Amino acid sequence: MSSQPASLPPRISMPHPVHTVLYLIIIAFAVTSLRGAGISFDDLSDGFPEMLRLIDEMFPPDYSRLERIGGLLLETFQMAFAGTLIGVLVSFPLAAFASRRTAPHVIVYHATRGLISLFRTIPDLVWALFFVATVGIGPFAGTLTLAVDTIGFCGRFFAEAMEETDKGPQEALTALGASRAGIFFSYIVPASMPSFVNTSLFSLEKAVRSSVVLGLVGAGGIGVELKVSMDLFQYAEASMIIISIFALVLIVEQISSAIRKRILDA
Amino acid sequence: MPDSPSNLEPALQVENLHKRFGELHILKGVSLSVAHGERVALLGSNGSGKSTLLRSSLRLIEPDEGEVRVLGKSVRGLSFRKLRAVRSSVGFIFQKHNLVPRLSALSNVIHGTQGRSGCPGSWFQMFASQKTRQDALDCLSEVALEHVAGRYVHNLSGGQSQRVAIARALMQNPEMIFADEPVASLDPEAGLQVMELLSRLATQKKISLLFTTHHLEHALQYSDRVIGLIKGKIELSEQTKDLSLSDLRGFYE
Ligand SMILES: Nc1ncnc2c1ncn2[C@@H]1O[C@H](COP(=O)(O)OP(=O)(O)O)[C@@H](O)[C@H]1O
Ligand SMILES: [Mg+2]
Repeated sequence: MSSQPASLPPRISMPHPVHTVLYLIIIAFAVTSLRGAGISFDDLSDGFPEMLRLIDEMFPPDYSRLERIGGLLLETFQMAFAGTLIGVLVSFPLAAFASRRTAPHVIVYHATRGLISLFRTIPDLVWALFFVATVGIGPFAGTLTLAVDTIGFCGRFFAEAMEETDKGPQEALTALGASRAGIFFSYIVPASMPSFVNTSLFSLEKAVRSSVVLGLVGAGGIGVELKVSMDLFQYAEASMIIISIFALVLIVEQISSAIRKRILDA
Repeated sequence: MPDSPSNLEPALQVENLHKRFGELHILKGVSLSVAHGERVALLGSNGSGKSTLLRSSLRLIEPDEGEVRVLGKSVRGLSFRKLRAVRSSVGFIFQKHNLVPRLSALSNVIHGTQGRSGCPGSWFQMFASQKTRQDALDCLSEVALEHVAGRYVHNLSGGQSQRVAIARALMQNPEMIFADEPVASLDPEAGLQVMELLSRLATQKKISLLFTTHHLEHALQYSDRVIGLIKGKIELSEQTKDLSLSDLRGFYE
């Protein structure tokens, strides 16, 4: 036993002076942000009855155009699914070049990493505007946007999954004379598979959510219908659209988590 | 292996091998040889350079200086393709089994053919030829695990996994096996089983065996010769029959 009695640490330790200054700067910035964000309680209280009126008009939802909305919802999901699928398929070889473990050369590694970051850091609405301007209005622009979005997301996480694989089996396969391609397909791929599946499913869920918004800039799907309803004050129809979007997102999330569970438990 | 002219040369011949990691001089001019069919135990305390020596022999680590001849071929300066050919006839067992998770035992054993073939038939059992699958099953029965052929290896015990790794090495038709502390992460019983297996296979199939261990009894029981490494230099090389347990204990002091 130690000869000195242990002393209790203080309940609160004073922060370091540098940290204190940093905290003060953060608080000051938060205060100015609240002003910069145009928050106005007058506008909020003026707008509140308007919100109530709008919600009141939304109910009961207008089911008369269910068929057309169903068709658009399907188009939205197909955009999301096709975009994710293309994105995943492209991400796969890209990730192999963007992972330290499998990249053939350090220049290739940095170039691919850079490309993937570029895809990720530019917001999807900007991509959508770009594709609408180049391939024209419609679902193809949306599909391309979602594919690019998926590459930004999956490319990064696939590469990380490959980097996180254990070095042991790789060394063992090297020792028995395996080629680089052999190690990649017979070890890196199966070992990262659960992570690939997981990331792809997340990506699909993400794509379904963004595909709804893409319609607002003309990139196909149900978004444009929602915007038109709102612009024409057809709130009962808008609420119908919102409910169906909600249902779609929920269904996709449920199915994807069921698949995830089965695969990860195997 | 039948006697052939190449058998006149030792299976492994290391001459004046040096390896430095930065400032650390780990192997300081190591020379040793392992004859065909000979079982050699390599002893040495932690950090003495045993793993570095084994890895350098197949250029899993690039040695700085010296010559290594594996099965009569110098490995220095070999192209990657030729190096693969040399590696393909030498088994390497690690402390960890290093099997590929989420694949069956059969697929893992089939991986042993990857040094000879680069096609998908050597990656997954479903693509392999009927003959390869049968050979792999035979290798699994050599380690008494034919009944787990279809099981995922991540569901096997430590001892079973190490035996699957041995089956993978057998699939190479190896003339030599390196084993770097093959039983260090196993319980005593599984460890004994694995040592017994390695030694029996080496004797039956005339495979040269170079293994490192901290179990002095294993060294005495399963080797024909004991080599001792201290701080990167060979300080002991004796026929096992001339050694006793206390000799080996003395070596560590
Ligand atoms: N890749 C490496 N980089 C730097 N030092 C290393 C590396 N590999 C091994 N070493 C060092 O070399 C020494 C010998 O290691 P090793 O050959 O593993 O010894 P042993 O297997 O006899 O325990 C250790 O001190 C270890 O830290
Ligand atoms: Mg070691």
